[in-house]
Amino acid sequence: MLADKDRIFTNLYGFQPWNLKSAQARGDWDKTKDLMSRGQDAIIEEIKASGLRGRGGAGFPTGLKWSFMPKEPRADRPSFLVINADESEPGSCKDREIIRHDPHKLIEGALIAGYAMRARAAYIYIRGEFIREAETLFAAVQEAYDAGLLGKNAAKSGYDFDVFVHRGAGAYICGEETAMIESLEGKKGQPRLKPPFPAGAGLYGCPTTVNNVESIAVVPTILRRGAVWFSSFGRENNKGTKLFQISGHVNKPCVVEEEMGITFRELIDTHCGGIRGGWDNLLAVIPGGSSVPLVPAAQIMDAPMDFDGLKDLGSGLGTAAAIVMDKSTDVVQAISRISYFYKHESCGQCTPCREGTGWMWRVMERLRTGDADISEIDTLFDVTKQVEGHTICALGDAAAWPIQGLIRHFRPEIERRIRENGGALEAAE
Amino acid sequence: MPKVTVDGVELDVPQGATVLQACEMAGKEIPRFCYHERLSIAGNCRMCLVEVSPGPPKPQASCALPAAEGQVIKTDSPMVKKAREGVMEFLLINHPLDCPICDQGGECDLQDQSIAYGRGASRFDENKRAVTEKYMGPIVKTVMTRCIQCTRCVRFAEEVAGVEDIGAIYRGENMQITSYLERAVASELSGNVVDLCPVGALTSKPYAFEARPWELTKTLGIDMMDAVGTNVRIDSRGRQVLRVLPRVNDDVNEEWASDKTRHHVDGLIRRRLDRPFVRKDGELVEASWAEAFEAIKAVNAGSSVAAIAGDMADCETMFAAKALVTALGGHLLEGRQTGLDYDVTSLSAVNFNTTIAEAENADVILLVGTNLRWEAPLINTRVRKAVWKKGAKVFGIGPEVDLTYKAGWLGDDASLVAKLPRHVTDALKAAERPMLIFGGGALSVPGVHGAGLALAKAVNAVKDGWNGFNVVHFSAARMGALMLGYAQPGGIRDIIAAKPRLAFFLGADEVDFSAFTETFKVYVGHHGDKGAHAADVILPAAAWTEKDFTTVNTEGRVQRSEKAVFAPGDAREDWSIFRALADALGVHVGFDSFAECRAAMIAAVPALGIEGIADYGWTAPNLPAKPEARAIPSPIKDFYLTNAICRASPTMQRCSEELLHGVDYAEAAE
Repeated sequence: MLADKDRIFTNLYGFQPWNLKSAQARGDWDKTKDLMSRGQDAIIEEIKASGLRGRGGAGFPTGLKWSFMPKEPRADRPSFLVINADESEPGSCKDREIIRHDPHKLIEGALIAGYAMRARAAYIYIRGEFIREAETLFAAVQEAYDAGLLGKNAAKSGYDFDVFVHRGAGAYICGEETAMIESLEGKKGQPRLKPPFPAGAGLYGCPTTVNNVESIAVVPTILRRGAVWFSSFGRENNKGTKLFQISGHVNKPCVVEEEMGITFRELIDTHCGGIRGGWDNLLAVIPGGSSVPLVPAAQIMDAPMDFDGLKDLGSGLGTAAAIVMDKSTDVVQAISRISYFYKHESCGQCTPCREGTGWMWRVMERLRTGDADISEIDTLFDVTKQVEGHTICALGDAAAWPIQGLIRHFRPEIERRIRENGGALEAAE
Repeated sequence: MPKVTVDGVELDVPQGATVLQACEMAGKEIPRFCYHERLSIAGNCRMCLVEVSPGPPKPQASCALPAAEGQVIKTDSPMVKKAREGVMEFLLINHPLDCPICDQGGECDLQDQSIAYGRGASRFDENKRAVTEKYMGPIVKTVMTRCIQCTRCVRFAEEVAGVEDIGAIYRGENMQITSYLERAVASELSGNVVDLCPVGALTSKPYAFEARPWELTKTLGIDMMDAVGTNVRIDSRGRQVLRVLPRVNDDVNEEWASDKTRHHVDGLIRRRLDRPFVRKDGELVEASWAEAFEAIKAVNAGSSVAAIAGDMADCETMFAAKALVTALGGHLLEGRQTGLDYDVTSLSAVNFNTTIAEAENADVILLVGTNLRWEAPLINTRVRKAVWKKGAKVFGIGPEVDLTYKAGWLGDDASLVAKLPRHVTDALKAAERPMLIFGGGALSVPGVHGAGLALAKAVNAVKDGWNGFNVVHFSAARMGALMLGYAQPGGIRDIIAAKPRLAFFLGADEVDFSAFTETFKVYVGHHGDKGAHAADVILPAAAWTEKDFTTVNTEGRVQRSEKAVFAPGDAREDWSIFRALADALGVHVGFDSFAECRAAMIAAVPALGIEGIADYGWTAPNLPAKPEARAIPSPIKDFYLTNAICRASPTMQRCSEELLHGVDYAEAAE
């Protein structure tokens, strides 16, 4: 278990106020100027050395991402930092907690990260449904401006930096980095073709880095306590601490900061009061938010919860939002509901996702009731393969993977339903 | 020049080429729906997937991927085949099986590509999606259930037409293409989305259910609706022209055509003059050709003869008329019906010298008295391209109009041409490729022409490799008429003053006929319009689709058009009318066939024998350069009703009512 002294998010549960005074008492905004005076390249090197990987799901090394930004931005083409607070993945709720209770960690991180990548300003794109959180964030940014921590000569560092908060309108796809940029520009939130990548041409055609809230919020602490401290947690290539979000059939669902690579069993037993009905009652877990394939109980129990550990199980860490399902779960219905989500949230731009998500959901609904033919399972699997990897953004993959996971692990269950529904096989012939 | 390998064949591709272009250069066909050479890349249909290494182990959209050194591209691997089949299946699951009643049938990309790249049968057992129709105006018919969301129409409207009237609403499988608030698309180029649409979602409303493409005879023609000289294909069946489509000519119209070019054709079968008429006791009565000729002969005009060419007159017609007038001893020829009298001692001074294709490379543009959007829509798209893609600056003098791009309007006072504000002259002087465009409205004000030539000199608009002095004509006949000498120093006023006893009006409908009360008026044309009403004798002639002809566009480009159908009834081709009339009047015009007529014309004006841009040289005449201080008028009152054919066309009338006069048809469409 992570010791309390090693926690980055010390007000995760809101036991103290979020405001600037309390945040400063917790150590935020402490000598920010000194952190920045280390120099831009030194900050990037420190983050690289810490082994921090992006906390938004894909796990791309954060320091490396920053280093793609131009070292000398042109005056007519400033660089921008965009912070992705459009947390809409079913199961994920970590960014919400950070913004609610520790917004100054994010804002300070924005300044330091923005400075390191030579950005002129940061845009925080917050999910439309986060109304109270947005209010908090607006107020926190205003506090920072009033205290001289943002704006001209931010935190007396001699660097001019602005932070803008932009509210989304409730579209999941706007969490995709290029769709977010489109949306910020006032257009329909649809992902762009890559290349060019945002670091080359992003917001308003200028170099842009898009980072997750958690990735940015941990930056000041990493700099204060050092890359060595941060990388002392977790396994090789999976360093640091991470906010885990456990929902579903555990006794005490929670958001908790833990060391990367903690086993699933330890995570649940330590923080969630165990599985509802005991470990024998565990059916399956979706370990990283709705878009990763589920993992059956036997495989997940002692698996390390980090990027590589879950990749080995054919799943992924995603945002570390574990959705726990016990044996009372109708797992086909659960995945069908996820399919509905992706059908609903597909932007409609490219063909496989626009047409495929609806098709997959409709077949899933029939598989749920058993109103199908056994051969349709293979057809469905084939359709998921026709979507996966053929789309502009990763939403197509995200829609395909849960179904592939279901078919891979629970095919007998689906076949049973079709058989029990009876006659479907004969009727089809 | 990156070197890539396509299906085992190594080739060099130009820098900046995409993988799709590389494959095409290697002779491989890449199926596509959203990709279009003249629009931005969307990459959304996913039909053009190919296998590329090095790269991720999944197929890549070739339309959006830059070709890079050492790429190995496979277009025929199992992975590519499967990917294409997959995308094709997705496109078809919600596409209705209504090909038998779809107007796109026979020229449908979806049909063709599903045969070539699709799987044999569908595995989709669910219900298909249906989408309500959208109203897009009098030109575009929608069947949105057929839409595959390629967004070509959206990109065309935004990028080429410059109207942000078409867009997508909703998301995922509910995404729909629609016009803004389902109002008519306010563009003179809206018909092009019909060609762009790869499926039957957007089809031509006037042409709905008229014909199948394989029933049509296709003839190559040149459009006579304006002076751009749009290259078109005339699709006819039997004796009727059913539609006109643009042909690709990168030097002229790229592959676009204005709505007038496309949809005036239903006017070709209405209000036609299909037999001669002779005025008896103040009334026009039907007559035979012999009677009509007899009536003309009875005038006994001697050499007091004139010919006035209309806006759609072709070179052979004008030459034949000129031959007759000359044979009778006359010399009065004019083509500027409405009274323009600008100096034509140098044809280069009244020509679009920059050329249409080069116009998109201009960096500072001054428009004087021209609504380019109406006078030459496809030159306007070039200027828009210069502004939109290359950041050109535009200034305008004259009535302020929305040209689909930002223009700095300086006022409508003609005298501004001689005393431009400092920032404008500075911008023109600093420009590498300055372009001045003068419209017919500008040339109607005395002094503007001279001031314009002086300005061109002052800002160094004419230099090595660049001629920035341009006159944009609106009449398709204009440059040909000027080359054939259809110009009096004082314009049509000279002819009125000469009081000819006999005058031929070659489809001239915009003349002030009240000035010709003492003249015996012979109208040689094809539509019963103003000219026919005023005539003493009507000789029915062929419309532009009914004869071979030569025409010269506003940039001096000589082009030839072919005959698609026969003229109706007793109407004859114009050259033969003058040939027969010469016999009746007892003179010789020097030709007995169309070929001889054309040969004689070329002998008289050799430049008309060479297709392509005629070389006028550059000479700037010394003209008075003090423009009068008055507002520059706008020569076109109604874009859709500028000539006799358009005015006879129900489609053009409806466009005019709906798009220009605000008559609401939207509800009636439902």
